[in-house]
Amino acid sequence: MAAVGNSVPRKDGIGKATGRAVYADDIVMPGMLHGRTIRSTIPHGRIRSVNVVGDVPGLIVVDHYDIPGRNVVDLIEQDQPFLVERDVRHLAEPILLLAHEDRDVLNAVRVEIDYEELEPVFDPERSQGILKAIDIVKGDVETALADADFIVEGTYRTGHQEHVYIEPNVVVAMPEKDGIAVFGSLQCPFYVLKALKSLLGASAHIRVVQTETGGGFGGKEEYPSMIAGHATLLALKSGRPVKILYDRVEDMIATTKRHPSIVRHRTGVMRDGRIVAMDVGVLLDGGAYSTLSPVVLSRGCIHAAGAYRCDNTRIRGRAVATNTPPNGAFRGFGAPQTEFAVEVHIERIAEELGMDPVSLRELNALRPGDTTATGQVMGTDCSAHIVLEEAVRRTDFRAKREQYRGTNRSIGLALFFHGAGFTGSGERHLNSKARIDLTERGVRIAVGSTEIGQGTRTMHAQIVADALAIPYEDVEVAQPDTTVVADSGPTVASRTCMVVGKILEQCAMEMKERLGGMSPSDYHAKHGGFSVLRKYEPPGWIEWDDHTYRRDAYATYAWGCDVVEIEMDPDTLEVRPVKVTAVQEFGRPIHPALARGQIEGGTAQGLGYALLEHVVMRNGGMANAQLTNYIIPTTLDTPELDIVMLENPYAGGPFGAKGLGELPVDGPAPAVVNAIRHFGIDLREIPAIPEHLVTCASR
Amino acid sequence: MRFTLNGVATNVDAHPMSRLLDVVREECQLTGTKEGCGEGECGACTVLVDGDPVCSCLVPLAQVEGAEVVTIEGLGDDHPLQHAFMNEVGAQCGICTPGMIMAALSLDPDASIDDIKVALSGNLCRCTGYSAIYRAIMKARRQ
Repeated sequence: MAAVGNSVPRKDGIGKATGRAVYADDIVMPGMLHGRTIRSTIPHGRIRSVNVVGDVPGLIVVDHYDIPGRNVVDLIEQDQPFLVERDVRHLAEPILLLAHEDRDVLNAVRVEIDYEELEPVFDPERSQGILKAIDIVKGDVETALADADFIVEGTYRTGHQEHVYIEPNVVVAMPEKDGIAVFGSLQCPFYVLKALKSLLGASAHIRVVQTETGGGFGGKEEYPSMIAGHATLLALKSGRPVKILYDRVEDMIATTKRHPSIVRHRTGVMRDGRIVAMDVGVLLDGGAYSTLSPVVLSRGCIHAAGAYRCDNTRIRGRAVATNTPPNGAFRGFGAPQTEFAVEVHIERIAEELGMDPVSLRELNALRPGDTTATGQVMGTDCSAHIVLEEAVRRTDFRAKREQYRGTNRSIGLALFFHGAGFTGSGERHLNSKARIDLTERGVRIAVGSTEIGQGTRTMHAQIVADALAIPYEDVEVAQPDTTVVADSGPTVASRTCMVVGKILEQCAMEMKERLGGMSPSDYHAKHGGFSVLRKYEPPGWIEWDDHTYRRDAYATYAWGCDVVEIEMDPDTLEVRPVKVTAVQEFGRPIHPALARGQIEGGTAQGLGYALLEHVVMRNGGMANAQLTNYIIPTTLDTPELDIVMLENPYAGGPFGAKGLGELPVDGPAPAVVNAIRHFGIDLREIPAIPEHLVTCASR
Repeated sequence: MRFTLNGVATNVDAHPMSRLLDVVREECQLTGTKEGCGEGECGACTVLVDGDPVCSCLVPLAQVEGAEVVTIEGLGDDHPLQHAFMNEVGAQCGICTPGMIMAALSLDPDASIDDIKVALSGNLCRCTGYSAIYRAIMKARRQ
């Protein structure tokens, strides 16, 4: 039986269902110390003095003077220190590290820090610090706006979103002969390796191992490098293993979140509904350091014109610095913000024209042969119309919209897309590698791509099994350990199946040829083992200019249309989702049950973003950093989810697969807000909590 | 402090106000029970005390004196719910799974989907949107 296309048992299913799977906090080592991070209590200022109160026997203290290499978390820019030297740029910034074998003693230690406080900047619109600027220009926007029958303008806002992986961050660092080993809950072991090389010096012997990881969603893309650095410093100073485990409050206050956004649209439309000019301004609040803001902005801008054709488009993007904890990667990576704005704006255009919102989308949605804002020509893998028609048909959208008019029930939709893989020339620069090893028992996959719940191990094994024509059970997957596996690039950007899976498919095809018809175990018995290592070859037709932001931003896109039915309490203005229909096309599912799980889970996260998840910022820090008052969807908040997976195989992916992981988060928020609009409420921001709705309703 | 853990008489020498969660994970070295929030909101640390699902992060050790405590390890590895969670992909990242299974154990055999939702409303899952968890529980009960 073919593995691909069937919902074979997860490789990690038994460990997770029995509680035997080993997560980083389950690791206990002899002589292990617990680590603690002392953080700034002001959002902006300079440190005058740091004083550990009293004499605590056995206490290990680390400050920036203990750093043997460079005091920067090496990512895109080198601006963020592991430990503050003098300048504090945000609340909860790491200043000092402590370790002790007794957690209670450790937590009782007091540290006094004297600051000279400086005026903080919290409002991104007032920030002077530009982290990244992007300008995309196609055609002549000003002339087209002047010639348009109507101009529709609007400003749309989205707030922070907290990842709430159920396992908080945790890293264990252990001194090894001539070096250090780090075990952690993380998405990108080779990012951590790069950051630790900068911290310790290039000659240091460093091993980074990903343990079972209790959710990531982007939240464990870059921040674990910081924690790994801290644990490493404490381990090297003490000569003992050190575990740093964040509790929920620390995790929420100190680590990254989804970038808040302010997106402005000015759109020229003809009387018949044709969109002739789109002028878009995207502002992202990056927080105090760059982290991944440049590339989040990039993806956000490329998706900012939505799934629509427009000959004259200008997108001006800025990510700016504020004195708040840095924002970073979160599933969707800038696209949920900009697609929220454009999809609510499209709904408003339909309203202004007195046009049915489906018809407006039908008229303007991308078709094969059309070009995107960057001038990328859509191929037959463009499914905007296909998902839209199916979602409208399946939900009987137009009839329900009429039927619900004047009731406390409503229905709304959103059309969206998501580019798979790194943006532009990213995959070429990454130059990812994958390896498979022939073993006694079969084949072992050795890649740095991590299993964080989405099913990496399982679907990679399916791809390799079928490409080799061997049983799925004969394929094992190595634990990501940077001294063992090939650097297949970070586990981000909806690339693990489409990009890394493709390299693995090619490895397997090469191995199959060398086996010459023998089974792996027979070959191994006769000739011994061998490995096949290959690099990613992006499709030859991809052209991208990093300076002008022109041409092929992504190798392909996945497409979705969400229809959300809601009920609103007329007294409290609480909005309850009743049903979501998610129609999504992502090439072909390798594992239908895993793919369905990605859509269901991503849709629920998107509903939380739309309706519940409100990060309250006070004095530059999260004021509701607890699960008691930062609310994510529970069983009772999550409605019936009707998932439709449409196939349109993509030749560049393994077995026709495109990337899927992020797509489902892009749709729910605009669909919810468009449903709320149908009540006559002019809402232009999320979360759509009653406190926001009441100001719109009374407008 | 004496109690029964997964059917075995257990005597733990720990502070009576120690969290049951820490006692189970650290003193008894049963790490299948997970900590997600430490304030009783996420349910990842759910265990059964005398048959009732509780958040072990909120239960002081003193409160289980003489009680029957069951953790995920107490189910062995062949329980219908475990098979169903594996086969229906009710577990993605897996960190909520032990608590989710422990909470599901207390459901009546004829519980409706709404009953299931209420019973699991104290257990947060960030990966699945819960649908696959319902499918797993429904399937386990048909067996």
